[in-house]
Amino acid sequence: MLTQALFRALDKKAIWVIAIFLAVAVLVPMANLLIPPGQYGHVPTYLVSLMGKYLAYAILALALDLVWGYCGILSLGHGAFFALGGYAMGMYLMRQIGSRGVYGNPVLPDFMVFLNYSELPWFWLGMDNFWFAMLMVVFVPGLLAFVFGFFAFRSRVTGVYLSIITQAMTFALLLAFFRNDMGFGGNNGLTDFKDILGVSVQAQSTRATLFAATAIALALSVLVCSMIVNSKLGKVMIAVRDAESRTRFLGYRVEYVKLFAFTVSAIMAGIAGALYVPQVGIINPSEFDPANSIEVVIWTAVGGRGTLIGPIIGAIVVNLGKSWFTTTLPELWLFALGALFVFTTLFLPKGIVGLWHQAWGRMRRKTEHAERPAPPTPAQSADIERGEDPASFGHEAQPKPAE
Amino acid sequence: MSAHTDTMLYLDGVSVAFDGFKAINNLAIIVKPAEMLAIIGPNGAGKTTMMDIITGKTRPDTGQVLFDGRTDLTRLDEAAIANLGIGRKFQKPTVFESQTVWDNLEMALKKPRGIFSTLFYTASDDDVARITEILETVRLIARKDELAANLSHGQKQWLEIGMLLAQDPKLLLVDEPVAGMTDSETEETAKLLREISQTRSVVVVEHDMSFVRELGSRVVCLAEGSVLAEGSLDQVSANPVVIERYLGR
Repeated sequence: MLTQALFRALDKKAIWVIAIFLAVAVLVPMANLLIPPGQYGHVPTYLVSLMGKYLAYAILALALDLVWGYCGILSLGHGAFFALGGYAMGMYLMRQIGSRGVYGNPVLPDFMVFLNYSELPWFWLGMDNFWFAMLMVVFVPGLLAFVFGFFAFRSRVTGVYLSIITQAMTFALLLAFFRNDMGFGGNNGLTDFKDILGVSVQAQSTRATLFAATAIALALSVLVCSMIVNSKLGKVMIAVRDAESRTRFLGYRVEYVKLFAFTVSAIMAGIAGALYVPQVGIINPSEFDPANSIEVVIWTAVGGRGTLIGPIIGAIVVNLGKSWFTTTLPELWLFALGALFVFTTLFLPKGIVGLWHQAWGRMRRKTEHAERPAPPTPAQSADIERGEDPASFGHEAQPKPAE
Repeated sequence: MSAHTDTMLYLDGVSVAFDGFKAINNLAIIVKPAEMLAIIGPNGAGKTTMMDIITGKTRPDTGQVLFDGRTDLTRLDEAAIANLGIGRKFQKPTVFESQTVWDNLEMALKKPRGIFSTLFYTASDDDVARITEILETVRLIARKDELAANLSHGQKQWLEIGMLLAQDPKLLLVDEPVAGMTDSETEETAKLLREISQTRSVVVVEHDMSFVRELGSRVVCLAEGSVLAEGSLDQVSANPVVIERYLGR
């Protein structure tokens, strides 16, 4: 059962994507650690961390794509799950500081000493255990998504209303985490991390390992998403996206289909956040900013939603652009981002991946036309004509009179 | 007990109002097992609303809606009703356009609908054979790998009928099945529906009188949310009230 599902997941495209990221997980750390600085092919450590950050974003974009591109749920609050995963990791890292903090308290993190806490709040208990913290990375975003989704989908909140309440959710968390007495470090968040699993977070080898872990997590995310979208459930998800009430009349519980996708997606986003935090060295409430969640939507749209590779490309390309813009023309970045989104929406409804398919399809058609001037088969012309009123191209799909 | 034993569908005293407008008014309809019933009537007579009530999309204000003589449909939602064995074809053909003809049928095929059984579903040989059989029945076998969006209007209608068959329902609700079909296709559809009604109950809503004649079934004429006349097509179309309110217009 599971093996069949795995086999189905490893279709021609997904296996390449997975292979590429597994190769990246090995090659980039090797290029960083084994090739000495200055020699050709060396990847500086700062670049390793930067790429690690991009790959964490790619996991987040892929998570969003699972719900938006495949299931039609436009979540404008996915940054919240990312940040919650990040906070769980941050709490573990804070507990690892121990007595090396400014106040030298062996148990309480600095901000708690500063705020006159006498003991750890209950929700910090156990977070010094790596396995427990990792469990929370998965559990907390998953539980929030499950409870939130259960009520939202059961009440049949859809479309723009759902987007608005996801936005409200992340905004509410933003405000809550800003408060000092929430016990999460207020607006400073959690930072000054020292160790992870007994080794220094700053060390070159740790950074390379974190990068490798992120790349492997991305490969696994692609595998899981591929398994889901290539299954019958994946087809039902697309059916829900395209014709929700029709799917209901087929006997599928649309709310549970959505709940499944939303919860899996939130867990992926939480894992991405947990990998992101040690690589950037800080987690603070600004990660809950609704604008962040909207940016994730832009990455996914630019890359091409409804595909597995699209959101990954989108996250990496847009963030490369962001890194370049914010160093050379920082004041123009937001305009560029806005323009990019408008441009994508107007001219590239299927994103970069869609553009690629179009160009590829056109090229193939040209060569085929040169060989034999036969009209394109309906399957090929489907690419260009999809999105148009299907009734308008009945010329080649004439009803065949019954034999 | 009472009259509703031995019926597939039993509607009695059903009324529903939208903002004070009575879309269905004290409607009573009975469909027996393995019986075909054609419903005709002017626009706004409440035909589609009736289907909505049976399939759980709309809740009636009053009245009794029983399936198979015992299950109260007014308490169930769409998915539960579909899983009981009531299949519906919509007025406008609604197939999943971005997916292939085969996938459309695979999703409709009667199988456990749970999340995890769907996630780990693999088509067995029986399933493949069943889908192939349905594809042959609705004459779409040659186009099984094409996107449903590329089908003609009539073929979409047939794909939807195929999806109904795949669901293996006890009761089929078919809303305007021959809209957009050629004459020969219409004829074939009538034949197919007659065949289906040998073993299942079928309710057909249709405006096309020649098609209704081909069905050769009992006919109910609805107007303003209640039954105007009932009987064979000849009886109904000879009814002076029906002529005045529907046919004569």
